[in-house]
Amino acid sequence: MYVTHTFELPPSTSTSVREELQFLPPSKLKVENVSKSFKSRTGPVQALDRVSLRVAEGEFLCLVGASGCGKSTLLNIIAGLEKPDSGTVTADGLRVQEPGRERLVMFQEAALFPWLDVLGNVLFGLKMKPHLTNKDRKEVARYYLELVGLSRFERANIHELSGGMKQRVALARALAPNPRMLLMDEPFAALDALTREQLYGDLQEIWESRRKTIIFVTHNVREAACLGDRVILFSPHPGRVREEFQIKLPRPRDINSTDLAEHASKIMRSLKGYKDTNGEIAE
Amino acid sequence: MKRLILTLLFFASLVLLWALIVRARIWSPVLLPSPMKVGEYLKSAAEDGTLWQATLITVKRLVIGYIIGLVGGIPLGLMTARWNILHDTIGTLSLGLTTLPSVCWVPLALLWFGQSEAAMLFVVVMGTLWSVIIATDTGVRHVPPIYRKAALTMGSKNMHIWLKVIFPAALPFIVSGMKQGWAFAWRSLMAAEIFVTILSGFGLGQLLHYGRELNAMDQVIAIMFIIVLIGLLADKTLFAPIERFLHRRWGTSQ
Repeated sequence: MYVTHTFELPPSTSTSVREELQFLPPSKLKVENVSKSFKSRTGPVQALDRVSLRVAEGEFLCLVGASGCGKSTLLNIIAGLEKPDSGTVTADGLRVQEPGRERLVMFQEAALFPWLDVLGNVLFGLKMKPHLTNKDRKEVARYYLELVGLSRFERANIHELSGGMKQRVALARALAPNPRMLLMDEPFAALDALTREQLYGDLQEIWESRRKTIIFVTHNVREAACLGDRVILFSPHPGRVREEFQIKLPRPRDINSTDLAEHASKIMRSLKGYKDTNGEIAE
Repeated sequence: MKRLILTLLFFASLVLLWALIVRARIWSPVLLPSPMKVGEYLKSAAEDGTLWQATLITVKRLVIGYIIGLVGGIPLGLMTARWNILHDTIGTLSLGLTTLPSVCWVPLALLWFGQSEAAMLFVVVMGTLWSVIIATDTGVRHVPPIYRKAALTMGSKNMHIWLKVIFPAALPFIVSGMKQGWAFAWRSLMAAEIFVTILSGFGLGQLLHYGRELNAMDQVIAIMFIIVLIGLLADKTLFAPIERFLHRRWGTSQ
């Protein structure tokens, strides 16, 4: 099932590379009754309380809530980086027990490896795919670098990149092993507004062209309304699913459009309705 | 290039100053020989082969001992960082033994191994090992946990994470530990060679020692010069390129 690529592959592209770049069906996910608590100095903190949700194949889901509502914890559990105290996470019918490249995570800090150059970072995940030759891997990595617009920087060192470029490399690195689901933990929170707006556009475009299931955690309501097909609102202490919003706006969406602002303010009103939510939320 | 010329100029003027002081006859020429005399000794020692042989023997002891120290120290350091029980035991032992000047191993080495190559090697290994363990352990503990997390989600596991993520991430620390280990090993080997006549070969330290016995100040100064030169060469050819690479990649250079 070859879908149109964002840009044409050169005719010389080998079949193994074409296969590697093909579109895997995106994952569906089921979270059932997941609870998780942490020990803190003041006693146990209930981070998640019987959270259940479903994510459809190819859906772009945003999780919104104040800091400490457990949304990042949930993302880590879905990634397999943390274990829930109770409840289950099932991805495509298989229970999530450990992290794996089916579900790649993009963190708030870029988490790029400073001992590798840009290309080396994008190759990292690909190196663990044994059926590819090194030449194939490089070709695939370059494809994704072109996708995020950083072809000219493949030999650059990480510290030479701006914050926005780092997150683009992180996105290319996360896309390169062709995961079926992307988990994004406030990936744009540390960037300036202008860079962020650009990345909203790019991410939507990439999502449309590469068809991944995306779960995107943010505390920025407008960001959630701009990116998500669906926005799930979390309330803190303990973290619970409070409300769901369908965002039925055409794409690509502009973060500054009035339709979008309407959706955002509706979500914002709900959010402010909860006790315990103080500050921390950006519109 | 300009910087190299400046460096050369600096050392040339040092030698000139030395020659001038000798000419001023403040001290007896027995105590302070002229640069010419030192040069003459070096020339004759190079011609009859003693200099090359001594350098070869010393460098061989150093390199073999140092490599043993690294091969043992880096994995041990990784292990002390991985398991707390090893950190509390071997880690603490290493910390204690790095504070012990490595010269202090010489008497023990002599009693255990006699006046042999093994004694020399033992001293060099003791000089290297502990500081490499400590540096590796510290380096691993400073690796941001997010690197591990990122690698895990990309499908990296156990051994792969240690080799491809944690080890390179800790490299700046490990390299500075290797440098310290090298310095310790070099110092302790010189001390051992000066103290002890080893029947299996005359090193630079022994040449230095016999220079003193014979009151041959030109020999003493010439050998000291060679020792400094080897130290500088090791730094410039072994460590400087690695450090340059690390600085460039991590963006830590000025």
